[in-house]
Amino acid sequence: MTVTQPPTPPPSALDRADERLSQDDGFAGALRSFWRSVKAGDVGVLPVVIGLLVICTIFQSLNPIFLSSANLVNLTLDSCAVGIISLGIVCVLLVGEIDLSVGSVSGLSGAIVGVLSVRHGWNWMLAVVLACAVALLIGLIYGIALTRFGMPSFVASLSGLLAFLGLQLAILGDQGSVNLPFDSALVQFAQVAFVPAWLSYTLAVIAGAGLFVSGFERRQRRKKANLSVGSLNFLVLRSVALVAGLGIFAWYLNQERGVGWMVVLFVALVLVLNYAFTRTKWGRSLRAVGGNEEATRRSGINVGRIYLTAFAVCSFLACVGGILAAARLASANLSSGTGDVNLNAIAAAVIGGTSLFGGRGSAFSALLGTLVIAAIASGLTLLNLDSSYRFIITGLVLAVAVAIDSVARKSRASHGRA
Amino acid sequence: MTVTDTATSTSLLSLRGVNKSFGAVNALTDIELDVAAGEVVALVGDNGAGKSTLVKVLAGVHQPDSGTVTFAGEPVAITDPSAAIQLGIATVFQDLALCENLDVVDNLFLGRELTPWRLDETAMEVQAWKLLQQLSARIPTVRIPVASLSGGQRQTVAIARSLLGQPKVIVLDEPTAALGVAQTAEVLDLIERLKDRGLGVVMISHNMEDVRAVADRIVVLRLGRNNGEFDAKTVTTQDLVAAITGASDNAVTRRRDRAGAEGDGGTEAP
Repeated sequence: MTVTQPPTPPPSALDRADERLSQDDGFAGALRSFWRSVKAGDVGVLPVVIGLLVICTIFQSLNPIFLSSANLVNLTLDSCAVGIISLGIVCVLLVGEIDLSVGSVSGLSGAIVGVLSVRHGWNWMLAVVLACAVALLIGLIYGIALTRFGMPSFVASLSGLLAFLGLQLAILGDQGSVNLPFDSALVQFAQVAFVPAWLSYTLAVIAGAGLFVSGFERRQRRKKANLSVGSLNFLVLRSVALVAGLGIFAWYLNQERGVGWMVVLFVALVLVLNYAFTRTKWGRSLRAVGGNEEATRRSGINVGRIYLTAFAVCSFLACVGGILAAARLASANLSSGTGDVNLNAIAAAVIGGTSLFGGRGSAFSALLGTLVIAAIASGLTLLNLDSSYRFIITGLVLAVAVAIDSVARKSRASHGRA
Repeated sequence: MTVTDTATSTSLLSLRGVNKSFGAVNALTDIELDVAAGEVVALVGDNGAGKSTLVKVLAGVHQPDSGTVTFAGEPVAITDPSAAIQLGIATVFQDLALCENLDVVDNLFLGRELTPWRLDETAMEVQAWKLLQQLSARIPTVRIPVASLSGGQRQTVAIARSLLGQPKVIVLDEPTAALGVAQTAEVLDLIERLKDRGLGVVMISHNMEDVRAVADRIVVLRLGRNNGEFDAKTVTTQDLVAAITGASDNAVTRRRDRAGAEGDGGTEAP
């Protein structure tokens, strides 16, 4: 339908009436407006996608195993725990705060589940529920420390980092580690539960259909309300591309063990949080608090509650990530959640394009940023380089990501896009 | 004051003996204010007279230390901004209080989003356009961040936002300060339309022309106290300036006298 479109369609839609607006209709228009917003500093996920391609190209040329099915299966499984923790980080970054203790909270949660279910014979589900409750409580404490006592979250969570690490050590006791039995449901889920091939393709089709239906419905509603609508061809193309992309990816992984259920859980959480961030009042409020806290307060939003929920969601996701990390290793020990877990989770969110300055970010940034970090770790392991290189390279990538964030922020300011 | 007594019977919002201090500074002392439905009350005063503090008390940002606030005949406590909004007091702040990272629609509906668990973007956008057209706003698109709007456009967005919740009283803090000639006229027209719709309007302005153009009553604050109340149709600028500055011999009159003397002597600078 766009092929025969007249060069200048009449600007009749309610939101296209102003003659100063450039009329970006159809497929080319969608590309044009995308390019314009990138130039203005609204880069979104573009840098991380480019970065991911560069990293994959380099490692693949150095070691052809890198992009093999077997390695990608491992890479996707290894991303999940940090990725889920990183999702929580996006949440607190959106309100312009930080949680430095996600690593400790994840380690603590793994320890709680391990000790209760193995040493005390608890039902594992009960242990998970208790760990989640503890994590929620921790998040609430940070929220209250900020809203009641005005403690900067940087300091509150830094002290939390130490305190909860101590608690983790105390819970693990003298032995220092708990091995989860291989036949426990958690370990099975994290290590050997894979989506059957037919179901993986079905999920790919469902994802594409979901994208198309939601886009089409939105289009119909806007048309009915006499608002401008995007190109239908573009929507169809995107949906088909999504089905094809996911389908090929699933097919490639299915050459080996396949798509882990843990990966499906991670992606599902990304989608849920993406919905929460973009389509609910809560998500809107997170962004508003990150943009202008005082204005948000004056518009009648309970800002304190927004902070509380942001920290609670962050700690909760850190707990989920910690439990999955323990399950993946089949062990909860002294080093769970220590080392680079904290910084990897924060770096993943920032590398993915979530701003450190608050008010900007998306759930997908956690997904993409985690892939970058996992790809670096996996590639360097394949090259037999030890963690010194991994730390150096991850640090450099983080520095580049923050630099891009800052430059894009300045560019947005000068282009009036804040 | 007889004017106040007659106003009490019909007033929508009235303040009696309101005090507010910040540490040792008494920002507001025994403030009285009445606003009736369909009335425009202008609040004038010099810098530091307490106008913005009073606005923040009405908006629920600050709580008065003592005194009573009566709304629609009922004594009320405006404990926080959402309480003010629920009562029907909408405020346009001097600093506009917009989130620059959010777009126009998001800002208009901030805190009042339709269907909180599944935001109805389409309905919100349509309502935003209708509202902005009512205000004859010249905003090219409502899907750009507020950061890219000019001062006047932001002012319009802020006023439009205050109108969303069907308020009964609207408080405008310096609504024309950042506006061009045409937009100022638009805002003054708008204030008259609000008045015709039966809303009470409290307007703060430094511009005496604007004040006299639309206000019914002018309430003067000076150093945190009421310092006179005038009928906008009959008051002279001289009286107003005297009430605002607290003396008939003030910087404004002195400057005028001096300018007059220089003009007579023909000694103007080249």
